[in-house]
Amino acid sequence: MSTRVAESPASLADPDELALGLPESYLSAGSTLGSWLTTTDHKRIAILYALSVTLFFFIGGVAATMVRLELFTPQADLVGADTYNKLFTLHGVIMVWFFLIPSIPTTFGNFLLPLMIGARDLAFPKLNLASWYLNVLGGLTTTAAVLAGGIDTGWTFYVPYSTTFSNTAVTVGVMGVFISGFSTIATGVNFIATTHLLRAPGMTWFRLPLFVWAMYTTSIIFVLATPVLALTLILVAAERTLGLPIFDPARGGDPILYQHLFWFYSHPAVYIMLLPGMGIVSEVITCFARRRIFGYEFMVYALVAIAVIGFFTWGHHMFTSGMSPYAALIFSFLSFVVAVPSAIKVFNWTATLYRGQVGFESPMLYVLGYIGLFTVGGLTGLFLASIPIDVHVQDTYFVVAHFHYIMVGATVSAYFAGLHFWWPKFTGRMYPETWAKFAAVLMFFGFNLTFFPQFIAGYLGMPRRYHVYPPEFQVWNVLSSSGAAVLAAAYLMPLGYLTWSLFFGARAVNDPWNASGLEWRTTSPPPRDNFFGRPAVLGKPYNYHPEGAEPVHDQPRMPSQGSLT
Amino acid sequence: MSDPAIATEALLREPWDGLKLPEEQALSYQRTGATFGIWIFIASEVLFFGALFLFYTAVRAEHAEAFAAAARETNIVYGTVNTALLLTSGLTAAAASRASEHAALIRLTRWCLVATALLGLAFLVVKGLEYREDIAEHLVPGPGFKLPEASAQLFFGFYWLSTAIHGIHLMIGIGLVARLIVIGWRHPERIPGNPQVEVTLLYWGFVDMVWLFLYPALYLAGRSG
Repeated sequence: MSTRVAESPASLADPDELALGLPESYLSAGSTLGSWLTTTDHKRIAILYALSVTLFFFIGGVAATMVRLELFTPQADLVGADTYNKLFTLHGVIMVWFFLIPSIPTTFGNFLLPLMIGARDLAFPKLNLASWYLNVLGGLTTTAAVLAGGIDTGWTFYVPYSTTFSNTAVTVGVMGVFISGFSTIATGVNFIATTHLLRAPGMTWFRLPLFVWAMYTTSIIFVLATPVLALTLILVAAERTLGLPIFDPARGGDPILYQHLFWFYSHPAVYIMLLPGMGIVSEVITCFARRRIFGYEFMVYALVAIAVIGFFTWGHHMFTSGMSPYAALIFSFLSFVVAVPSAIKVFNWTATLYRGQVGFESPMLYVLGYIGLFTVGGLTGLFLASIPIDVHVQDTYFVVAHFHYIMVGATVSAYFAGLHFWWPKFTGRMYPETWAKFAAVLMFFGFNLTFFPQFIAGYLGMPRRYHVYPPEFQVWNVLSSSGAAVLAAAYLMPLGYLTWSLFFGARAVNDPWNASGLEWRTTSPPPRDNFFGRPAVLGKPYNYHPEGAEPVHDQPRMPSQGSLT
Repeated sequence: MSDPAIATEALLREPWDGLKLPEEQALSYQRTGATFGIWIFIASEVLFFGALFLFYTAVRAEHAEAFAAAARETNIVYGTVNTALLLTSGLTAAAASRASEHAALIRLTRWCLVATALLGLAFLVVKGLEYREDIAEHLVPGPGFKLPEASAQLFFGFYWLSTAIHGIHLMIGIGLVARLIVIGWRHPERIPGNPQVEVTLLYWGFVDMVWLFLYPALYLAGRSG
């Protein structure tokens, strides 16, 4: 009997053994390739996204590995200048548009948003499936540009280099990003409509889990920022293919205008990458500290404030490009302002831990790493928001280190935290906890070893995007490349043990962490219709202790208060 | 809204059919969702065209005189005829949207949809004639351009790009309206009360509206004062 159960990981129970009349899980709704490729189940689409996002993560990772290998020595020994340019462009384009932007919203968001608000599916299930196809089509188009000889412009596609001078496959690459833009807009529309219209009875706006708020604010940026990038990329493609004068200074065009348009999207895009991670952290930290989130309302306002203010700080990428000193002053001020809600979030997470019954399960380790790395990344962001320092470190490794702390240190840690936290819900299996803890710690150390030396090298003046460098920077680069090897091992380990757990992992119970969220009030993995009956919500989220109760310590960890429904 | 002839069951979609609501109420909720969704998408489109108009504004501010000279080269007759065509299509689209709420008005709905699509096609035909004339007059940026100032080409860069992007939007609109016409022809019962009618025609209205901004920017800029 038990072997039969193990052979079909998708079934909830052996029907011969125990006929409970339970609906079957979403995984066993069909196992053919066709059933997956035509599904409109948000959970299955999330799995499709998880596969494609993982593929692109490792493509981008291979390029990063080559970059770090080349930088081990000051001379060019592995690749030449042209290949190096194509490698870092590939790394940036794939990681930004095909991993970081879609990663958390399209996997965790797709899977969890309807579950967390008690809905049966997203508002527009077919649109959701179409968005995956657009994402894959965009990714394959961009990958085709690599096969067609690569792109050497950097992920920013700055004009006039990208329009007038580069002889690489810029147009194809740009069109790939353009196509994937439709995918994110479709996801954004879907999430906004779902959050507005399909919340379960009693799930008021201020009872939404913070992850849902994070998805909602991210979706607003998806919808309002992505079209600007789309149009900008059309302008680049039109100038390259049709010879229209748009950004060409020789014919009166304005290259700085390109930078304004590009960063109008790409700065809010940083918050597209950041806000979903913040949502995950709020879910995980409450569960493993056994405390309600500290200052729920402020956490919500902070997410909204980051999303809104984030639209008005793009100019800080252009302090050295030439702009009015008054404009620079305002952009600098607003960039400081946007740090305030981010700081509120860090303080509130820390306050949530205060006298909580903190456990160190693997999702929590990732989250604690997140808070440290995000703090370093955020504070160095303030360095860069102040104009004198920015002018000094512009285009150096200081900037590279800063945004990797935010996008990789913070967001990827949150991604792995979420992956471990909800893995039992996604797959119905438990993973080996010791391996997971080891990978979490290794990732934290590997990350810091990779990127902290880059702050120092950058501050000392090492410029970004060169494959050769003066020998005095070698010590920092050797440290960084060694760290990258550790980091690569830490990223590969989950691929191994999580895959192992799919086949040999112990069965997950419905709520292995004693978590309070609505997504745990169904089977692991959930059935096609998510819940048995229609859930109703009676109280606030994070119901880990009675409201207003003092923190307790020197006692066994308090269990969850149980179901809200 | 309680028209008995509305085929509620055939129009209900996932996940709106699973809300444990009476069918009629669920369909009305689904319509709210569909309309809300297209409004969010239109907000997205506003930013898309907003970036295009930002480009226009920035370049026109930098090269005011060359822009005025170039804008005088556009054909105001074609532009005005097209404005009239598209505004009229807006009227028929609005009529179709309202008529589709009642099963008794299915014939009116169908004819208004046909008129909308035909007016859109007429716009494209006029646009094609205008393009032919523009090409004959060497108004395509590049060597041999009609006007001597380099920055006059920027205006025509915007002209070709914006009209082409608008034209693509219009073609998508015509395709979506044609789809409704086919549905109305094969399954007349699926048009009344169908949320897709309102959604399609809201999109049509947006494309219509974009032209109202393009028209003065392209045809009137060089002729004012």
